[in-house]
Amino acid sequence: MTEENVLPLTPTPGKLLWMYERMSLIREFEERLKWLVETGVPVGAVHYYTGQEAVAAGVCAALEPTDWIASTHRGHGHCIAKGVDVSAMMAELYGKVTGTNHGKGGSMHITDFSKHMLGVNPIVGAGVTHAVGAALSAKVRRANEVSVAFFGDGAASIGALHESMNLAAIWKLPVLFVCENNGYAQATPIEYALPIKHIAERAAGYDMPGVILDGQDVIEVWAAAEIAVGRARAGRGPSLLECKTYRYYGHHQGDDPLRYRTAEEEQMARSRDCLKRFREQMEINGPLTLDQLDEIDARNTRLLDEAIKFAQASPLPAREELYSHVYVS
Amino acid sequence: MFTSASLAPAKSAVRELNFGQAINEAIRQEMRRDPNIIVMGEDIAGAAGRAHLGFIDAWGGPLRATRGLITEFGPERVIDTPISEMGFVGAGVGAAMSGLRPIVEVMFVDLIGVCYDQIINQAAKMHYMMGGQITLPLVIRTTFGTRGDQRTYGGGAAAHHSQTLYSVLAHIPGLKVVVPSTAYNAKGLTIAAIRDDGPVIVMEHKFLGLSAKGHVPEEAYTVPIGECEVVQRGRDITLVGIGRMTHICLEAAADLARKGIEAEVIDVLTLAPLDENTILESVRHTHRLVVVDEDNPTASMARDIAARVADKAFDYLDAPIKTITAPETPVPFAAVLEEHYVPKAATIINTVRELLT
Repeated sequence: MTEENVLPLTPTPGKLLWMYERMSLIREFEERLKWLVETGVPVGAVHYYTGQEAVAAGVCAALEPTDWIASTHRGHGHCIAKGVDVSAMMAELYGKVTGTNHGKGGSMHITDFSKHMLGVNPIVGAGVTHAVGAALSAKVRRANEVSVAFFGDGAASIGALHESMNLAAIWKLPVLFVCENNGYAQATPIEYALPIKHIAERAAGYDMPGVILDGQDVIEVWAAAEIAVGRARAGRGPSLLECKTYRYYGHHQGDDPLRYRTAEEEQMARSRDCLKRFREQMEINGPLTLDQLDEIDARNTRLLDEAIKFAQASPLPAREELYSHVYVS
Repeated sequence: MFTSASLAPAKSAVRELNFGQAINEAIRQEMRRDPNIIVMGEDIAGAAGRAHLGFIDAWGGPLRATRGLITEFGPERVIDTPISEMGFVGAGVGAAMSGLRPIVEVMFVDLIGVCYDQIINQAAKMHYMMGGQITLPLVIRTTFGTRGDQRTYGGGAAAHHSQTLYSVLAHIPGLKVVVPSTAYNAKGLTIAAIRDDGPVIVMEHKFLGLSAKGHVPEEAYTVPIGECEVVQRGRDITLVGIGRMTHICLEAAADLARKGIEAEVIDVLTLAPLDENTILESVRHTHRLVVVDEDNPTASMARDIAARVADKAFDYLDAPIKTITAPETPVPFAAVLEEHYVPKAATIINTVRELLT
């Protein structure tokens, strides 16, 4: 923790409601998607975000609609947190022309540019460079826009991240480097790939604040993001937030994580579930009631019913779609 | 297809620029027109951050094509980068998606090895993968090529600073790849690239030397991307060149003309998307084709062009298609070896005479 972190911030009830609503929607989307996959619906390669909801929701709660995010292969959560329509997302996974990307991207490229999303990007570390580019763009255009680069612990080892952190630091760009450390790069445990204890320590090499956060606590993530966003908007440069989190399922839909981690470890992680914790906090301290949260859950279930129906009923792309959008002009 | 007097001898009264000066003027005029254009790369100005000591604009890129831009447009739009091609080409992609029109310089094409992902996976495919949601007005300028003869100053840079490599860019759907050969078409193609809403790679040969110098109009103009230029008309054989090889073709054609052979010379100018119609049209009346390419032969533009002609104009051919390329080796260092590596006019002349006998 740095000097940036001294002020305890309290979210408004509206902010709390928004964060729970997004976390719940992400959870519902991924659980329904998992069910679709397991019943044989061909939705392509997917990487479930389940377990990490507090990171996307907490960070995006600190952003304005005009702020940018760049996402990773595990990107459904980031999309939903930035406001991408779940029906269009589901249609994309079904490969339908009504999908966010006309069925030309799939899970690993979901994008809604109207939400200032630079795209889900499955080349590990690539999206980070785009977030830095958007921040550079904002600076040159004198626009008050902040850029968030989500990346996983696996990306902590790739050069693109280090080059990007260096560029953002020397140019004092408004960037949040948000690491979702879920402990595993595919089947490689973080302690194997990292010679230091925390990825946040690497911030020192780029003269930016490096903050270690409980990524299962949406309020803590939001508060740290608020501070980092404020710093970025004030022209004081980038920050690195390391959110310790956990993915409940395998790397992708076909992966059995019990080949490289224990059931006890999984249980321990699930006992710290971000949604459950949020509900417990509200039950004890408020200001939201469990009835309010249940109502949100029920609404999200209906949203996903509609999303799946929409995806199923949507037309497939016409053959000409193959040939369109190859060149921009 | 378009034709121009760009390769014709310059008249004495007209203004002449060299290759780098023409590109510099193109960028400068476009930057004046559009405040969203930025230039980014390693030592594109030089002496970054040392203005307070009186040092500014110390370098100007490998062809000096960006020299002087920082004094007109300032460090906010003329951005020197650390040595981070992956980082700054990626930043160029991100900036192009979010409102700017970046011109990014990768000093030598050999360096695309460290930023290839950003070019082939990111810049090239974003528009398609996103279902057309975005434009990506990004120009990547890069230098390529060998010096080719021992008289030319410089060169001798061997296998990591002399390659051609445009075929591995032209191969990727979504990328436009242009290869100017003269000061005239360098300015026009650079402006066309800057005004294009998608990613365009501009490949600038390092050793065009005097052959590229020539008349360049002062006003801004474009040379269309996606069109070959018929540089010289002829009825006996078609010679297709890329970049500096076009000048080698012209040298050969001049010699052949003295022997009574009329060669038609085509400068490809845009490798992707390729204007194959101009080449096919030419072969349909000359009935013979030689493609000259400074690249290594396997999966090269030379063989791609040969295959297209074989596929679509076979019945018009009176002789086998010939390709003249660099050998299947890395670029060597020693000048005597490098000279042997690069296609020469003499090889073209001999090949043409074989085809016509």
